[in-house]
Amino acid sequence: MSQHVLEVSHATMQFGGLVAVNDLCMYIDKQEIVALIGPNGAGKTTAFNMITGVYKPTFGMVALNAQNITAMRPDRIAGRGIARTFQNIRLFSALSVHENVEIAQHLRLQSSWMSSTLRLPKYRRETKAITKRTDDLLHYMGLTSVRNEVAGSLPYGMQRKLEIARALAPSPALLLLDEPAAGMNPSEAEELQSLIRGVRDRFDIAVLLIEHHMDVVMGLSDRIYVLNYGNLIASGTPAEIQRDDSVIAAYLGVDEDDA
Amino acid sequence: MKKKWVSPVLTLALSVVLVALLFLLQGNASDYILRISRLCAINIVLALAMNLINGFTGIFSLGQAGFMAIGAYTTALLTIPAAKKQMMFMIAPIVKPLDTLTLPFGVALVLGGLMAMALAFVIGLPCLRLRGDYLAIATLGFSEIIRVIITNMQNVTNGAQGLKSIPANATVWWCYGVAFVAILFMALLTTSSYGKAFKAIREDEVAAESMGVGLLYHKMLSFMLSAFIAGVGGGLLAAYNGTIGPDMFRVTQTYNVLMIVVMGGMGSISGSVAAAFIVTIGQEYLRVLDGPISIGSFHTDGVSGMRMVVFSVLLLVVIIFFRNGLFGTKEVTWRSIGKRLSALSGHGKEGAKA
Amino acid sequence: MGVFLQQLANALCVGSLYALLAIGYTMVYGVLRLINFAHGEIFMMAMYIVFYGISLFYLPWYAGFLLTIIITAMLGVLSERLAYRPLRDAPRISVLISAIGVSYFLQNLATVVFGGRPLTFPQVALFTDVVDIGGVKIQQLGILVPLIAAVLLVLLMFLIKKTRTGLAMRAVARNYDAARLMGIDLNRTIAITFFIGSAMASVGAIMWGLKYPQISPTVGSMPGIKCFIAAVLGGIGNTTGAVLGGLMLGFVEIMLVATFPQLSGYRDAFAFVLLIVVLLVKPTGLLGEKATEKV
Repeated sequence: MSQHVLEVSHATMQFGGLVAVNDLCMYIDKQEIVALIGPNGAGKTTAFNMITGVYKPTFGMVALNAQNITAMRPDRIAGRGIARTFQNIRLFSALSVHENVEIAQHLRLQSSWMSSTLRLPKYRRETKAITKRTDDLLHYMGLTSVRNEVAGSLPYGMQRKLEIARALAPSPALLLLDEPAAGMNPSEAEELQSLIRGVRDRFDIAVLLIEHHMDVVMGLSDRIYVLNYGNLIASGTPAEIQRDDSVIAAYLGVDEDDA
Repeated sequence: MKKKWVSPVLTLALSVVLVALLFLLQGNASDYILRISRLCAINIVLALAMNLINGFTGIFSLGQAGFMAIGAYTTALLTIPAAKKQMMFMIAPIVKPLDTLTLPFGVALVLGGLMAMALAFVIGLPCLRLRGDYLAIATLGFSEIIRVIITNMQNVTNGAQGLKSIPANATVWWCYGVAFVAILFMALLTTSSYGKAFKAIREDEVAAESMGVGLLYHKMLSFMLSAFIAGVGGGLLAAYNGTIGPDMFRVTQTYNVLMIVVMGGMGSISGSVAAAFIVTIGQEYLRVLDGPISIGSFHTDGVSGMRMVVFSVLLLVVIIFFRNGLFGTKEVTWRSIGKRLSALSGHGKEGAKA
Repeated sequence: MGVFLQQLANALCVGSLYALLAIGYTMVYGVLRLINFAHGEIFMMAMYIVFYGISLFYLPWYAGFLLTIIITAMLGVLSERLAYRPLRDAPRISVLISAIGVSYFLQNLATVVFGGRPLTFPQVALFTDVVDIGGVKIQQLGILVPLIAAVLLVLLMFLIKKTRTGLAMRAVARNYDAARLMGIDLNRTIAITFFIGSAMASVGAIMWGLKYPQISPTVGSMPGIKCFIAAVLGGIGNTTGAVLGGLMLGFVEIMLVATFPQLSGYRDAFAFVLLIVVLLVKPTGLLGEKATEKV
C-alpha cells in the first residue's frame, strides 16, 4: 500500500464552544481528484484551512507524503507542496497577472535578498527560470494575452484561471480548489472540468476540491467525502454517494411524514 | 524592437547630466539654494525609508522618527570633535569611549543606520505580529520611548540640551550621493523577487502566506531595511542641521515624512523623489511668506507657522481627494516616457496625415 | 502613610482624567474602527477655548466650562464630517492618515492662532483650593474629578445600554454594514458618537487644565497617545474597559514614580511599555473580545 499524498487523521477544529469539524479522517492518493461536499456551513473550508495551516487543528493530524505537517505555518506548508485557491478569489489585485504567478515561486528562490538586489549571476539564472515557468503556465491557461494586465481588471473567469495558475507555479504535490466553479454557467463549468483533468495529468498532482456544482463534482471526482455539521457522514465513489440516504437527507432534509 | 541596452545607457546618460548639474550648482548657486537642495536630497532618503515599509509592504509603521533619532545621534556623537564633545556635556560627563572616539563621516552614517536597524530588529519582533492599527500605535509608542530614553541618558546624549557643533559633512555631494544610492537600492530591491513578496504582503497577507511568503521574515526584512535607511537619513540630517535635540524627533517628524510619501504616492519611488522636491521647496517658499520664526528650542523642522497650517490642509486634501498621490504605485520609467512621447508624436503624425 | 494616601488620591485623579479621554477613543474606534489621532488635539483645543472664554470674554467659570464642552463637541463632529466621512469607504490606512492630518492641522493652527508660548489655565477656587483630610493635604479637585468622572460614566453607561441611540451605536460597532442595511442612520449615529467622545475629552481637558495649568499647542500630544493606550489596555471598543485602562494607567504611572523617584524622567515611557506588554500578552485588552477573520 503506497503512501497517501494527503492523510488527515481524526482532525478536529474547535472554536471555543463551537465544533466546526469533528474527527475528520480522509486521504488522497496520487493523481486522484477528490471532492469535499456538504451543505453550507458544513465545515469544508475549515477543513481546507486546517490542511493549509491557516487554522491549527484542536486535535488530530495532517500528513503530506507521510510527513507530519499539522499546525505548520501556511508558508511552510506551501513549501512542502500544498497550494490552494480561495472561495472569494484572493489575487494580488493591484499587481500584474505575470507578477501574481512569479510571486508564488518566491518560496523556491535560493538567492538571499542581498544577492537579489545586487542582481548576482545566480539570481539572474533563477529569475530567468521563474519567468520561463510563468510564461509556460500562463500559456497553458490561455492568459498570455493579458500577462501585463492588472489582475483585478480581468473578467471573473480569467481571474479564477489565474488563481489556479498561481497555485501551480511552485510545483505542488497537492492542489486545493475552493469552489472553483462558483458563479460559472454550465459551459464554463464543463471547460473547468477538462482544465482540472488536464492539470492533473500534465502536472502530475492530486486535487482536492470543495464544490457545490454537482455536475462538476460527479463528473470530475474519483472519490467524494461528504460533511454535514462538521461530521463526515459518507465517503465513496460518485455513484455510491448519489445513492447514499444520509447524503440525500443532509441536502434535502428528511421528509416529516417519513420520519 | 526593444533592445536590452537602451535602458541602462539612458540611465547612465541621465546620471552624467545630473552630476554635471550638481557641479554647476555647487559652483554657482547661493548658499541658500544649496541648503534647500541638500534638504531635498535628505528628504528623498527619508521618504524612501518610509515608503519601503508603509508604501511597498503596506505596513503602517509610525516609528520613523525614532530610527532617525538613533541615526542622528550616532552620527553626531561619532563626528563631533573630542574636545567639543567633552565641553558640551556639562550636566553629566560623556561616557567613555565616546568622549574621544571620532570616525569618518561615511562610517558614522553607516553605523547610525546599523544601530537603527538593530533596534528595528528588537522592536519588529513583537510589533510586526500585530494588526494594522495596533501596529501603528505600537511603533509610534516605541518611537516615543526612544525619545524619552534619549532625553534621559544624560551622559550619552546630553539629554534635553542636545548636541551642537556637529561638523557640516552633509555637502551637496554627500546628500545627493546617498540619495542616489538609496534610489538605486530601492529600485533594485522592489523589482526583485523580494520586492514582489513585499507587494504581495501589502495586497493580501493571507494569500501571500498561503503562496509560501513567510510573513514575519519578510516584514522584518522590510522593517529593518527601512530603519537602516531612516537612520542614515537621520545622520545626514544631523550633519545638515549642525545641532540636534530630542525635540527634533517627535511624532511630527514622522508626520512630515508621511506627508511627502502620501503626496508622492505610497508605493512609488518616483513619487517619493518628486514629492520630496515639491514639498521641501514648497515649504521653503511658503516660509518666505511666514516671517522669521524661531522660538527657543524649536528647530526648523519643528517650527509651525502658517506654512505648516497650509501643508497640513494640503495633506488632508491629498488624502481625501487624491488618495493615490502623484504617482500612485506607478513609476516613471524609460518605457513609460517612451510611450508618452510616441503617443504625442503619433498624434502629430495622425494630424499630418489627415 | 500620609504621603502614600496623597499619592493614592493623586493616582485616582490622574486615572480618572485618563479615563475620560480614553472613552472618546474607544467609542470612535468601536464605531468606525478608526484610531482618532486627532483626539488629543480636540483635548488641546478645549483648553484653549476655556482660556479665551474666561480671560477674553470674562465668562464666569461654570459658563466658560459649559460653553467649552459644547463648542469642543461640535468641533469633534465637524472634524468627522470634513475629514472622515468622505473616506468612509476608503481603505483603512487612508482614514488613519486623515486623522493624522487633522491632528497635524489642529496643532499647527493652534500655534498660529494662539501662539507657541505656553499659557496658563484659569484657576478656579472650587477645584484648586487645598483641603485637609485627616492630615492629608489634597486639592479639592482630587475629590471632585473622580466624582465627576464617575457620574459621567454612569450617565454614559445608561445612554449606551438603555437608549435607542446607544443601541444604534452598539449595532454599528458590532456590524457596520448590517447596521446600515437595517436602516440605522449611520451619519447621525457616528456624529453623536463623536459629539459624546469630544465632550468627554473636553471635560477631561478642563479637569486636566485645573490640575496641570500649562497650555501649549502640543499639550494634547502625550495625553492623547497615552489615553489611546489606556483604551487598548482595557480592550478597544469597550467603554468600561477604557475607564479601567485609564485608571490602571494612572495608578501605574503615579505609584511607580512615587516608589522610584529616579524614574520620574521616564514617566511618559511607562504607558508605552505597558502597551507593548499588553499587545504581546493579550492584544484584545482586559475586556476585549477576539475577532477572527474569515478566510
